[in-house]
Amino acid sequence: MGCAPSGAVLQDPAPDIISTVEFNHTGELLATGDKGGRVVIFQREQESKQQPQRRGEYNVYSTFQSHEPEFDYLKSLEIEEKINKIRWLPQHNAAYFLLSTNDKTVKLWKVSERDKRPEGYNLKDEDGRLRDPSMITTLRVPVLRPMDLMVEATPRRVFANAHTYHINSISVNSDYETYMSADDLRINLWNFEITNQSFNIVDIKPANMEELTEVITAAEFHPHHCNAFVYSSSKGTIRLCDMRAAALCDRHAKFFEEPEDPSNRSFFSEIISSISDVKFSHSGRYIMTRDYLTVKVWDLNMENRPMETYQVHDYLRSKLCSLYENDCIFDKFECVWNGSDSVIMTGSYNNFFRMFDRNTKRDVTLEASRENSKPRAVLKPRKVCVGGKRRKDEISVDSLDFSKKILHTAWHPSENIIAVAATNNLYIFQDKVN
Amino acid sequence: MGEEEGLHQTPLLDTMFVRGLKRKCFDGEEDIEGTLAGIKAIPSYNLQRQSLLDMSLVKLQLCHMLVEPNLCRSVLIANTVRQIQEEMTQDGTWQMINTQSTGQTSLDRLVSTDILCRSSREQAEGKQVPGYSSFNKDFEDDQTQDSSETMSTSSSVQTPRNLQSNVWEMENPQESRGNFQKSLDQIFETLENKNPNSVEDLFSEVDNSYYDLDTMLTGMMSNTKMGHCDGLETFSSPTTATSNSNCKSDLNELDHIVEILVES
Repeated sequence: MGCAPSGAVLQDPAPDIISTVEFNHTGELLATGDKGGRVVIFQREQESKQQPQRRGEYNVYSTFQSHEPEFDYLKSLEIEEKINKIRWLPQHNAAYFLLSTNDKTVKLWKVSERDKRPEGYNLKDEDGRLRDPSMITTLRVPVLRPMDLMVEATPRRVFANAHTYHINSISVNSDYETYMSADDLRINLWNFEITNQSFNIVDIKPANMEELTEVITAAEFHPHHCNAFVYSSSKGTIRLCDMRAAALCDRHAKFFEEPEDPSNRSFFSEIISSISDVKFSHSGRYIMTRDYLTVKVWDLNMENRPMETYQVHDYLRSKLCSLYENDCIFDKFECVWNGSDSVIMTGSYNNFFRMFDRNTKRDVTLEASRENSKPRAVLKPRKVCVGGKRRKDEISVDSLDFSKKILHTAWHPSENIIAVAATNNLYIFQDKVN
Repeated sequence: MGEEEGLHQTPLLDTMFVRGLKRKCFDGEEDIEGTLAGIKAIPSYNLQRQSLLDMSLVKLQLCHMLVEPNLCRSVLIANTVRQIQEEMTQDGTWQMINTQSTGQTSLDRLVSTDILCRSSREQAEGKQVPGYSSFNKDFEDDQTQDSSETMSTSSSVQTPRNLQSNVWEMENPQESRGNFQKSLDQIFETLENKNPNSVEDLFSEVDNSYYDLDTMLTGMMSNTKMGHCDGLETFSSPTTATSNSNCKSDLNELDHIVEILVES
């Protein structure tokens, strides 16, 4: 697949570090959340016959402030406004709905268009000032007149005060009536209509916090079975839970863990086994997990080891001590499936991102950078050189820029369009066709 | 021996395995008496492990000073610290580290930890070295100042068991190990402590020189380029500027903090 940048780099006047990227269910909209609590939604242009070369570029559709910084007076701690995750709801009517969350509070936003406005009120004049009723001598029916398109975002629900620890995941259930929010130690189930209570469905907090050795790192509902969900842990395990079994899903229905390779054991083994992201395939038959060095695909019917393991940047294995020192070893990379579950993608350092074709077993490393991305130009595959002799186009491990990390990526639900967040820049790439 | 200075400047030698390096397992040892002198300033496994331990403890404390620590990161670091501690306890080296008072700064011990990155399989491919006799040599080589009481204790030991029993006569090992475990748990406990003032209390009696370490470490962590472990050189320069008394107190800072944590 040839990746061509589409619409070049989308940047707004006050760029902030992008913290989440998500396409909606049709791929028409792309939402990003950033460290400053803002959500920016891009909309794909309608393809027009007049300008066939502008095949569906994404332009800014709506921008709004989702979360503000808060202060927890009880703990004397600040609550960051950074948007950790955005998840779209399926569309029922003309309006769009999405969930956005920071560390503590989930919000349901309605994004709707307004392209008409009523004119000819009886009780107020065109400026909106109230008229004196005694001065009104005639009545008229207000009419709707077209206006410039306005997109407004309104918060419809605020789901607060349910999480002691930091929310890392939200996931909309396939019943579209409930969703879950997961923090380091607990997972809560919400009904969209009810904001003042939630059900706690997973709780791994030990009675004595001194015994804490494992936290929840990510969680997701099964795409089709509304009773099933998975959550991953910092010890590299995944648990599949069935909500029909018990109200509190502390006992898993399935437990996925790969046995440790004793010959590969080091002091950093546990840290690099910590799972940073877990995603169901669109089919619902597989789950994909991302740990520090690999991406793994698991068959739901096989718990004792993954079906496939892909090395993202194994050349970092010998640098773990340095990466521990500078905290990079704690970076949480996400991973995504393409629409047909045949290709998986994840990010790396130096603004590299990797794609793995599960069928052909081929993989490619690409770079999201301005210098290398002229519009319409095909991205050139990159290669990291690990040995002594470096070829002309290769980059050596020691030259990698570890401050340029691609943690968040998204794949269009049906087409080969990907969104890649590189710090505070968003790149959108399309498959080169025709 | 001037090996300490060499340790700071050690480049990251990821694939090279140095002859005669101290090993995790003590079977099949051979005498390294001659080879240590020939080692080109590669820190021993013990030293690197200690360095990793120190680094981890500093990281845990740093996250106390942040607004709200990332719980996942704290848990992973704490688990790493426990792993090291368990291994050191099994080795018997834990007591040795506690009882020495050599004046060597904990900063100096933040040396290249590259050997820790290697799997045990890679380490097994190299040569074995003797157990405690070389261990004693490591200490003799690495210390800059007198530590006569500990050295005499260790050098008189011929077998691991004797070493342990001798050291344990000096102080109660269960207590100190328990103290460390307890201090680790207390550090951990404060992560969810709703009263942040206690965190400040923990550090109220700490020597300010420890905060210098934090600033340096923070500055180092913000430099996310692959700073080999040459980056650790930055530690040595500030410490040379500080007085000897600071160096001495820095070494025992960990113990000092442990005492404070236990008593608070």
